[in-house]
Amino acid sequence: MNLMAALEQGLRSAVGPTAAWYALLAIGLNVHYGFTGLLNFGQVGFMLVGAYGVGISVSILGLPLWVGVIVGLLAAVGLALLLGAPTLRLRADYFAITTIAAAEVLRLLAISRVSTPVTGGPFGIQYNASAFFELNPLPFPGALTWGPFSFTRNQTWVLLVGWTLALLVSIMVAALMRSPWGRILRSIREDEDAARALGKNVFSYKMQSLVLGGVIGAMGGVIYTLGGATVNPNTFRPDITFYAYAMLIVGGVASRFGPMLGAFVFWFVLQSAQALARQASAADLLPDWLSGASAVGGTPFVLTGLVLMLLVVYRPQGMFGNRREMALDG
Amino acid sequence: MADTSPAAAALAGVDPRPGVAKPDPILRVEGVRRSFGGLTAVDVEHLEVQRGTITALIGPNGAGKTTLFNLLTGFDRPDGGSWSLDGRDLGRAAPHKVAQLGMVRTFQLTKALSRLTVLDNMLLGATGQRGERFLTALVPAAWRQQERAHTERAEALLDRFNLLDKRDDYAGELSGGQRKLLEMARALMVEPSLVMLDEPMAGVNPALVQSLLGHVTSLRDEGMSVIFVEHDMDVVMTISDWIVVLAEGRVIAEGPPEHVAEDPAVIAAYLGSDEDEDGGDASPGSDPATGGGDA
Ligand SMILES: Nc1ncnc2c1ncn2[C@@H]1O[C@H](COP(=O)(O)OP(=O)(O)O)[C@@H](O)[C@H]1O
Ligand SMILES: [Mg+2]
Repeated sequence: MNLMAALEQGLRSAVGPTAAWYALLAIGLNVHYGFTGLLNFGQVGFMLVGAYGVGISVSILGLPLWVGVIVGLLAAVGLALLLGAPTLRLRADYFAITTIAAAEVLRLLAISRVSTPVTGGPFGIQYNASAFFELNPLPFPGALTWGPFSFTRNQTWVLLVGWTLALLVSIMVAALMRSPWGRILRSIREDEDAARALGKNVFSYKMQSLVLGGVIGAMGGVIYTLGGATVNPNTFRPDITFYAYAMLIVGGVASRFGPMLGAFVFWFVLQSAQALARQASAADLLPDWLSGASAVGGTPFVLTGLVLMLLVVYRPQGMFGNRREMALDG
Repeated sequence: MADTSPAAAALAGVDPRPGVAKPDPILRVEGVRRSFGGLTAVDVEHLEVQRGTITALIGPNGAGKTTLFNLLTGFDRPDGGSWSLDGRDLGRAAPHKVAQLGMVRTFQLTKALSRLTVLDNMLLGATGQRGERFLTALVPAAWRQQERAHTERAEALLDRFNLLDKRDDYAGELSGGQRKLLEMARALMVEPSLVMLDEPMAGVNPALVQSLLGHVTSLRDEGMSVIFVEHDMDVVMTISDWIVVLAEGRVIAEGPPEHVAEDPAVIAAYLGSDEDEDGGDASPGSDPATGGGDA
């Protein structure tokens, strides 16, 4: 077994495009859950509409790619309004249940036979994303290789755009949360009746939060789909939302750059564990009860879970979270 | 003390009986009813609150004081009735509208915003903030100056409420009494015309109660109208211009302190509720006599 090789593999994945779009999902969740206290368990639904918005606009409607991106983001606004209007006045648990259900409905709808002409059903969508890759200003023609990293020119472009977007969005969210607008969101997280009693229209601000975090999630979907110029319906499983939550918690709920760091760390741990488990399986070191039917089974998740547990025990506020704030009960 | 206020003087000629009209009412309540299952929590036929006065709302536990606050501020829906602030009908207004119109309440169970700093708690109360709009929020230059002005006002209030040195602490780190003070100071940031305080002194350090009473009187002297719920009869007798007594949801008596203290219906209401946990404090049989003497 080669631990170094596994860690290098993990590191490679953790800077890659996947971790970057996860970071965007987690930043959106931070707006919802970290700052407003909205338990959105359907963040993957916003990612889905972002990705399909691009894919359908380009492949079916024949629109330019950049229009597709706008359509994807607008679709997230629509989803937020649709989701929020009936549920944001209700108790928090109704909202949570509705979000997870809505995301699943969207996924099943996308896969279903009736929508196959539009969504490609179980085969998803492949389209031409060359307009995006033509923007790539990187001077070198071949792959970028540096230390353990090795990315093709296109991959490098996607990950640069993805992480830059995540950074810019993090900075924007941080600025918003320091403003009076963000103060209202934070007060809603603490006690929405207190905010009402001070004259704040809680419903409207929850809706704005839902839209903002949803659009950021849809940006994650856009980066995801541009990277491979595909939309694969099997991507949008509920697990994605829970990974994004794990990233948010690891990085630090309600922190400025926690979601980005959390996405990087979580993906590093998970991918290293995956590489390690594959090595162990190849060397026939994994007992059957651990590997199950597939080669490595749940082993990487067990390892990741252990690491996360240690982290939460020793750093409950996450890596960038505020310990003093964490110690207070909401 | 009560006699020094001009508004109180305006009440001098008002007949002390339930539902009596006031010369210049800021709040008028008409037939407001609310029942929970079979229990009638509030049934107020008519009630007026004189502008610029301190009106105490008293009554045994379970009399419906908090429920009445909830109804008037839009946090609960009545089965019937109407009420108006400054002649403006508030019938079905949402809580935030009620607050924007100038009627701001505090809660019996304190609602400090734990993971906001004391200063942020205060700033939240300010109205008409430009930075509360999404797009403007992104341009600090558009709201920074206003924020500075609000911060100055917040600090002045915090100073008055002995909380200035806690300015940058989280509200969740304050003691129970300090949270009460913060909630009251925060309500004042809204610059309400009518402030409704639900047991503002409960749990506050007795050493602070005196200065708090001073603040409440100065609010009135600055032209604000105050309604407050309080169990400590000494406090009630000392600072109120007018007292409204609620029992089983109804207004059973109202009048100036010295009148209410001797009202047989009030004494009966209190003595009849011996399971009342605050009975010792609230019994008007003893305390009001001394309190009335002071006033
Ligand atoms: N949400 C509710 N559901 C059922 N009963 C309630 C509710 N709120 C208040 N009550 C009842 O209404 C009565 C008045 O309560 P409340 O207004 O809290 O009294 P007070 O503030 O005067 O002590 C009490 O008998 C109380 O049990
Ligand atoms: Mg009460």
